[in-house]
Amino acid sequence: MTAEHPMIRLTGVAKRFTKGKETISIFDHLDLGIPRGDFIAVMGPSGSGKTTLLNLLGGIDRADAGEIAVADQRIDGLSEGELATWRAANIGFIFQFYNLMPMLTAAQNVELPLLLTRLNRKERAERVHTALSVVGLADRTKHRPREMSGGQQQRVAIARAIVSDPNLLLCDEPTGDLDRQSADEILSILQLLNGELGKTIVMVTHDPAAANYAKRVLHLDKGRFVERELAA
Amino acid sequence: MRSLWLQVAAVTAINLKSIGQRRWLSLSTVIAIALVVIVLLAFLAMANGFQRTIAGSGADDIAIVLRAGSQAEINSTVSRDQVRLIEDGPGIARGSDGKPLISPELYLVVDGIKRSTKTKANLPLRGIGEQGTTLRKDIAITAGRMFNRGSNEVVVGKALLREFEGFDVGSTVSFGASRWNVVGVFEAGGSVFESEIWADLNVVQSLFNRNNVVQTVRARLTGPAALNELKSYSDNEPRLKLDVKSEAAYFAEQASQTSDLIQKLGWPLAIAMALGAVAGALNTMYSSVAARATEIATLRAIGFGGFPAFVGTLAESLLLAVIGGLLGAAATYLIFDGVTASTLGGNFTQVVFDFKLSPWLIAEGVALALIVGLIGGLFPAVRAARLPIVEGLYAR
Repeated sequence: MTAEHPMIRLTGVAKRFTKGKETISIFDHLDLGIPRGDFIAVMGPSGSGKTTLLNLLGGIDRADAGEIAVADQRIDGLSEGELATWRAANIGFIFQFYNLMPMLTAAQNVELPLLLTRLNRKERAERVHTALSVVGLADRTKHRPREMSGGQQQRVAIARAIVSDPNLLLCDEPTGDLDRQSADEILSILQLLNGELGKTIVMVTHDPAAANYAKRVLHLDKGRFVERELAA
Repeated sequence: MRSLWLQVAAVTAINLKSIGQRRWLSLSTVIAIALVVIVLLAFLAMANGFQRTIAGSGADDIAIVLRAGSQAEINSTVSRDQVRLIEDGPGIARGSDGKPLISPELYLVVDGIKRSTKTKANLPLRGIGEQGTTLRKDIAITAGRMFNRGSNEVVVGKALLREFEGFDVGSTVSFGASRWNVVGVFEAGGSVFESEIWADLNVVQSLFNRNNVVQTVRARLTGPAALNELKSYSDNEPRLKLDVKSEAAYFAEQASQTSDLIQKLGWPLAIAMALGAVAGALNTMYSSVAARATEIATLRAIGFGGFPAFVGTLAESLLLAVIGGLLGAAATYLIFDGVTASTLGGNFTQVVFDFKLSPWLIAEGVALALIVGLIGGLFPAVRAARLPIVEGLYAR
C-alpha cells in the first residue's frame, strides 16, 4: 500500500498508550502510502486508532517507532517548535466540533493561521475573503460562531483550514455533529477542494455516507488497513 | 519576530475577550485582590497621614533643646539655670527689643474623653513661654481668643476639639486638682500642635508644682546653619548636658517611630491576605486554562507556539490583578482618605491626624496586586504553554 512519491508515507509506525500498568498497542509496524491529491476516508470501530493516525499525520502526536513523512519531509524527528512551524505551512485541521474561537468573528477565526505568516494586514484580509468565498460565507465575515448554524461553523473551520493553502487537510469526523443536509454540503466542499484545488484529504469518519464522498476508504481494524476502492 | 508578536497579541486578545465566560470566578479574584490592597493602603495611608502631621510640624530654623539622651519631650528636663545659659548661646535670633526668641515649655499629660468611643485618652497640655506662638508656623486663633498670661486659661487645637469632648470655647475643664477655662481654639497649619492644649508656662508650672524646671526650650536660630554653633556651645559648656536638634529633625524622628510601627503591622497583614489572594488567583487561572484547553490546543495545532499561550494566560491574570488593585485603591480613597483618627505619639499623648493616600502609596498597592497576579498567573501560564495538544483537543 505504497506509492512512488506519496504525499504521506508511514513506515513501520508503532503507537502505544499506557493506562496504569497496562500498555495498549494501537499500531505495531504500520505501513501506509497516500498519493498526492488523494481523498481518503478512514473508517473503523471505536478505539481502532483512526484519530490517533490523524494526530500522527498532523504532527500533534508522536509515534513510538517508525518513520512518518509528509510531502517527502520526515516529521518524526522534528522538535515541538519545528513541528509547529511545519503544521502552520503544511496542514489544515478540520475538527468534529469546529473548534472556532467563540469570541472572534468568522473572518478573525479564518485569519488565525495567517498570523503565522509574513503577510501584511491587507494581504491577510484578501486571503480571508477568498477562503470564505470558497466555502460560500463571504457575506458572514462579521458573524460570531454563536450566530451561525453548525454547518456554517464547519464551513468557517474549513476556510480556516485552507486559508494558508496547505497541501494536506486532516478532517476528524467533520460531519459528526451535523444533520444530513449540512453534512452533504460540507462533504461537497471537501470534494471540491480535492477535485478542483488538488488538496490531499484524509478524513476520519464513522458515517458510510460521508465515506462515499472520498476516492478511497481505508478500514482500520486491529492496527491494520483494509482498502476499498470507491467509484470516482 | 513580527509573527510572534502577532501570535501573542491574538492569543492575549482571545484570553481577555473570554473573561466574560468566567465572570464570577474572575470577579471573586478581583475582589480578593482589591481587599488585599484596601488593607495595605489603609495602613499605609494611616502611617503616611501620621508622618505628614508630625514631620510637617517642625522647622529647620527652630532649635529644640532637650536633656541629653531624651527621646521625647515627655522625659526631658531642663533647669531654669540651663534656660538662662541657652538664652545667652550663639546663633539664637533676637527680637527688636533685643530679647532672645526662645520659649521654655512644659509638656504634661492630662486626661480627655474621645468623642467616638467615650474612652479616656492622654492629651498634651503645653505650657508655653511668651514667644511660644511666634516660634511656630501658621498659628491662628479660629474661635474665641488667646489665653491671658498669668491666668488659668487654655486654648485648644482644632484637631483636638474635633476628636475630644468637653473643650468647647467657654467650657471649664479639670486637670488634676486645677480647673481651666477654655477661651479659644487655634489652628496650626495641620501640624501636630493642633492636637495640643496650650496655656501660660508660669501658670502651668505653678499649678503642677514644677516651678524650677521646664522640659524643652525652643529657640529661633539666626538661620539653619546656626544650629551647629548652638550644638557646639552646648557640648562645650559643662553645665549644659543637653541635646540640641532642629525641630524638623526632632519631629522626623518622632514620626518615623510610630509610622514604622504602623507599616510593620500593615505589611505582614497585607502579605498574609495576599497569600490567600494568590491561592484565589491560581484557582481562577487554572480554571481559565482548563476552560480554554480546547482553544489553546486548537491554536497550537494550527501552528501557534507555547509562548503566546503563556503570555496570554499571564496577561489575563495581570489584568484581573490591575483591576483589583485599582478597585482597592479607589475604595481606600473613598473610604479612608481624609478620615480623622488619633493614636499615641512619641510623647504618649494622642496625636490627631488624617489618613492620607498619595500616588506613591497607590503605586505600592497596585504593585502588590500585580505581584499577586504574577504569581497567581505564572504556574497556570506554564501549564497552558505545556498543555499536550491531543489532550487539549479532546478536553470537552
